[in-house]
Amino acid sequence: MSTELAVETVGMVKSFGATKAVDGLDLSVPAGAVYGVLGPNGAGKTTTLRILATLLAPDAGSARVFGHDVVREANRVRERVSLTGQFASVDNDLTGMENLLLLARLHGYRSTAARERARDLLEAFDLVEAADRPARGYSGGMRRRLDVAAGLVVRPQLMFLDEPTTGLDPRSRNEVWDIIRATVERGTTVLLTTQYLEEADQLAQRVAVIDHGKLVAEGTPGELKSSVGHGSLRVELTDPDDLPEASRILVGALGVPAETTGPARLTARGTDPRSVARALGELTRTIEVDDFAMDRPSLDEVFLALTGRPPTSEVPAARKPARKSGRKSATNEESR
Amino acid sequence: MTTAARPIEVEERLLRVLGEDTRPQQRPGALSTSLTMGWRALVKIKRSPGQLFNATITPVMFTLIFTYLFGGAISGSSREYLQFLLPGILVQGVLFISTQTGVALTSDLQQGIFDRFKSMPVWRPSPLTGALIGDVVRYLISSAVVVAVGLALGFRPDGGPLGVIGGMLLAVLFGFCVSWIWTFLGLVLRTPQAVSALGMLLLSLLTFASNIFAEPTTMPGWLKAFVDINPIGYVVTASRSLMNGDGAADLAPALVSCAVLLIVFVPLSLLRYNKSE
Ligand SMILES: Nc1ncnc2c1ncn2[C@@H]1O[C@H](COP(=O)(O)OP(=O)(O)O)[C@@H](O)[C@H]1O
Ligand SMILES: [Mg+2]
Repeated sequence: MSTELAVETVGMVKSFGATKAVDGLDLSVPAGAVYGVLGPNGAGKTTTLRILATLLAPDAGSARVFGHDVVREANRVRERVSLTGQFASVDNDLTGMENLLLLARLHGYRSTAARERARDLLEAFDLVEAADRPARGYSGGMRRRLDVAAGLVVRPQLMFLDEPTTGLDPRSRNEVWDIIRATVERGTTVLLTTQYLEEADQLAQRVAVIDHGKLVAEGTPGELKSSVGHGSLRVELTDPDDLPEASRILVGALGVPAETTGPARLTARGTDPRSVARALGELTRTIEVDDFAMDRPSLDEVFLALTGRPPTSEVPAARKPARKSGRKSATNEESR
Repeated sequence: MTTAARPIEVEERLLRVLGEDTRPQQRPGALSTSLTMGWRALVKIKRSPGQLFNATITPVMFTLIFTYLFGGAISGSSREYLQFLLPGILVQGVLFISTQTGVALTSDLQQGIFDRFKSMPVWRPSPLTGALIGDVVRYLISSAVVVAVGLALGFRPDGGPLGVIGGMLLAVLFGFCVSWIWTFLGLVLRTPQAVSALGMLLLSLLTFASNIFAEPTTMPGWLKAFVDINPIGYVVTASRSLMNGDGAADLAPALVSCAVLLIVFVPLSLLRYNKSE
């Protein structure tokens, strides 16, 4: 890959006491696209972003953003990036308008220009009605849009988004996805973290899978998925008596084992769409099928395939209770 | 790949607002960003006036209780005692609301907003210095309220308006310097509860073991020894002299106390704040 690199880390390490949050991470993020960092809770995603956004210094190794060292040339880096943290990084006491006004002023807009810029952003992010209400009362989706808008007051060359859709309802999630796509279309590189393979698949041109601070796999979403197979095929038969025959046909056509997962249901894991189409054709020639579905591989399955073990998911409450608890509750209100 | 549910105009506005690179050429300096952060602090004060009210009611209560309950016993008449008490209450009032600096800072630190500020190319300590601008405004309001209540109760300072303003400004200056203690403690302790608990404890001890309510001459030796070196006492004495027409004679020790606070706690706070975790 000969294109310019937005981010390049070499052997990056960051420990908190005995925990190695980032453990020798090598990342190369090409400029001009969405790059996804995929991993379960506690994998080191937030720590990675905080290092790249100059908030933490790595213990070892190096990290560069558009060629500038995040420690020695921190100001160069800060001129080029914006960080939207995992837990809302807007001021709850301020209104949407005031939040954006504050950032516009800090970026050097004069008062009228700042107000104009803030108003344009509120319009674009569908927040005009809520503009004069304190952000405290915003729904999770509105807060997230404000949060992302705050990161775009001046358009950064590189935008960090830490789990931008965790806890959002599907509609709000789609809105955030649209915003991310529009941002990239305008030439900003986006580095986002996520726990969802589907999100990485929808948005990212390349994905890094990390676990325990280490790189587990890297590639296009397609490459990742084919390393896992394409999920599983589920077939619902009309007559349970057909199970043995149906199973024989599927195994023959797909080349993977088929399990009986219900009274008249078969599931075959690690299948790709082309062979599924062929298998279904063969199956329905002799056997009556009520229903079928293809499930995408979940992050768990990706992990299982890549590491040979399920992802370890630690309890978030176990860490730094004083700092995190307040932020957590602020963003999670829509998740259930 | 855009969702159909989303109106087309929103799509266009989005692209437009992201398209123009309207980034201002000139980056604002330290003063400008501090003032912007100060504006943020003022908006927050405006948004929760109850807090300011709570903070001002305490010194007013103290004035009333001490003047009418103990004043006669201490000074012969409550009116005479008020002349003595008020400059001290002014300082105490400012000190009590100064803990709010640390409390506000910790709640900021718990939100993600400082991460955003710190990852921006602005003068790093701006959020801290800006908060102090808001604090100074709170101290001005608090001391104005105390003086107004005092005047209504019969406080007749010999120092005249200039003396009174001088005493108020000294109290505000001292509050500003003490705020840096809370800034530092806020950065170290990180929870609002810890800061306000420690703050209340320290301040109650330090303001009662001072010359705010009575001259130390009748106190036991060990207490008097402490009161004599309590910096709050220097400030109270100087404020009293200014307000009661004795001029700036006692100003030097008060200003030295202020300077020492700044010399110690400004660098400590900035180091702590800028330190990468
Ligand atoms: N400030 C911190 N102090 C102590 N431990 C931390 C801190 N930040 C993160 N960790 C630990 O580092 C590991 C990685 O955390 P994090 O980067 O937040 O992961 P993720 O964002 O992928 O969930 C976790 O085990 C977490 O407990
Ligand atoms: Mg995280």
